[in-house]
Amino acid sequence: MTDATPLYELKGLSKRYMRGREATTIFDQLDMTISHGDFIAVMGPSGSGKTTLLNLLGGIDAPSSGEVRFEGARIDNLGQGQLAKWRAANVGFIFQFYNLMPTLTAAQNVEMPLLLTKLSAGERKKRVKTALDIVGISDRAGHRPRQLSGGQQQRVAIARAIVADPKVLLADEPTGDLDRATADEILQTLQLLNKDMGKTIIMVTHDPAAAKYARRELHLDKGRFVEKELA
Amino acid sequence: MNDLTLVRKNLFRKKLRAVLLMVSILIAFLIFGVLGAVQNAFSFGVNTAAQERLVTVNRVNFTVPLPYAYWGRIQQVDGVRDVAPASWFGGYYQQPQNFIQAFAVDPASYLAVYPEMVVPADQRAAFIEGRTCALAGRALATQYGWSVGDRIPLMSNIWRQTDGSEAWDLDICGVFDDLEGTYPTNYLIFHYDYFNESLAYGRDSFHWMTLTTVDPARNDEVSQAIDELFANSRAETATSTEAAFNAAFMEQFGNIGLILGLVVSAAFATILMIVGTTMVMAVNERTKEIAVMKTLGFPAPRIFRMVLGESLLLSLLGGLIGLGLAWLAVSGAGAAMAGVMPGIALTTPTMLTALGLMLVFGLVTGLLPAMNAMRVRIALALGKI
Repeated sequence: MTDATPLYELKGLSKRYMRGREATTIFDQLDMTISHGDFIAVMGPSGSGKTTLLNLLGGIDAPSSGEVRFEGARIDNLGQGQLAKWRAANVGFIFQFYNLMPTLTAAQNVEMPLLLTKLSAGERKKRVKTALDIVGISDRAGHRPRQLSGGQQQRVAIARAIVADPKVLLADEPTGDLDRATADEILQTLQLLNKDMGKTIIMVTHDPAAAKYARRELHLDKGRFVEKELA
Repeated sequence: MNDLTLVRKNLFRKKLRAVLLMVSILIAFLIFGVLGAVQNAFSFGVNTAAQERLVTVNRVNFTVPLPYAYWGRIQQVDGVRDVAPASWFGGYYQQPQNFIQAFAVDPASYLAVYPEMVVPADQRAAFIEGRTCALAGRALATQYGWSVGDRIPLMSNIWRQTDGSEAWDLDICGVFDDLEGTYPTNYLIFHYDYFNESLAYGRDSFHWMTLTTVDPARNDEVSQAIDELFANSRAETATSTEAAFNAAFMEQFGNIGLILGLVVSAAFATILMIVGTTMVMAVNERTKEIAVMKTLGFPAPRIFRMVLGESLLLSLLGGLIGLGLAWLAVSGAGAAMAGVMPGIALTTPTMLTALGLMLVFGLVTGLLPAMNAMRVRIALALGKI
């Protein structure tokens, strides 16, 4: 891989589902390139395939045809075990409804991806503290999710996404369940992670105000991209 | 934090459910432990039977007596060393519910045939010499508070004396022990002559004769010779090893092993279904969390192991507590029932079997939910398709 190699490269990507006896095409022959350090807001109407695209980029769904390349290497043809390893090493996920483990504390939730590494318990503890510090929630490290507000839970989820130092963050409606002020705080955190820490972020959102925090917007409609440069 | 932390936290996420499941498993292993100890008590006589001892009874069954004269004739059989005749007395002490296992025996030959009975020399001599003397086992003597020198009336609900009395007054001349803990001390023996001379009926007969041979290798030959000796007589004999005789005796109560096995199996099958179904439901409730773990990069086999680990942990916790309670119950009952049911104990093989069953139980109840967890499709579980 050279510096010129894009982070993601999608070639002729198609995704079709069978709904009953009827085949539904989400998108067809989609081409796209995403560079290191990008911050993309993927927008579009419901059912346009935004989340499906995110799933394909995260290796949790497989395309019907076409290629998904990550740093030059295909990931669409990897087995489940290889994909799990690849995700653990390269991708951080942020969900709309946080998806934290209810039985674990904030710190333990953040530590989960590190259980897949060979780091010592001490090193894991340091990394968890750093991640919680970055998102500004270290004072809630010992709290369980139900003891945290929505914004605080999403901060924990972001800390969990970044703790293993992945190359890309995939965020699916990260502010969809939050009020405006909290949403802005979360988006500022994501912007900080992109600008200061160089994390590539691909964020699916319905919210035009949220999309403005990204470097560029991709509008997905009828299986095609329409791009708009921001900032 | 490690995988075990996750297993533990997932297992106890709903504490009441986990505790109830654990109590179900606990009950299964409590039943297993207690019935295992009871079965051990029933097979105690078989397990403690000496290899070289043989028992001769009436071919009809052991309740039909053999003539007194057979004692002397069997002593003449080549290969026989000692012969000890005995009659079943049954009996009770003070109240009919105080059942006493008592045999009328020839003292010297009985002690010769049973060297496991440890009796102080003076008590041994006193017992052999005294016509009304009895030798009580330690467990029986402890149960009724008897000591050497006591005189006790032993009642019979089978036999009667010529004067109409059903009580034989016996002097406790000795108490026998078993130093190795492998021989029952829950019974009493007394002089056959004293018993026989006062009988209103059924005189000059025995119920069985226990004998030793000069060489255990000759047991088959000696057995055959004895039974041939009395073939076509009015009281034909059947000679077998002591272990076989004891096993046949216990079979009077039915196939104890089968009955206990069925009870335990029924308990296990019921609890297995309850725990298995609950585990499947408990893991189904967490489908989304499992999908998140897979999204983070947890491989499917690791998730399989973690879910299986939950059911194993549940099974081991419930099982070990149940077995511990069984041990406490059996230890308490063992002391109280030593006189009635010797050998009631939770043995190492029973405990190892229980441990094996716990592992099997955990694997069986965890297999389906673990496979379901392993097969969770991330996109589907997260509701993204």
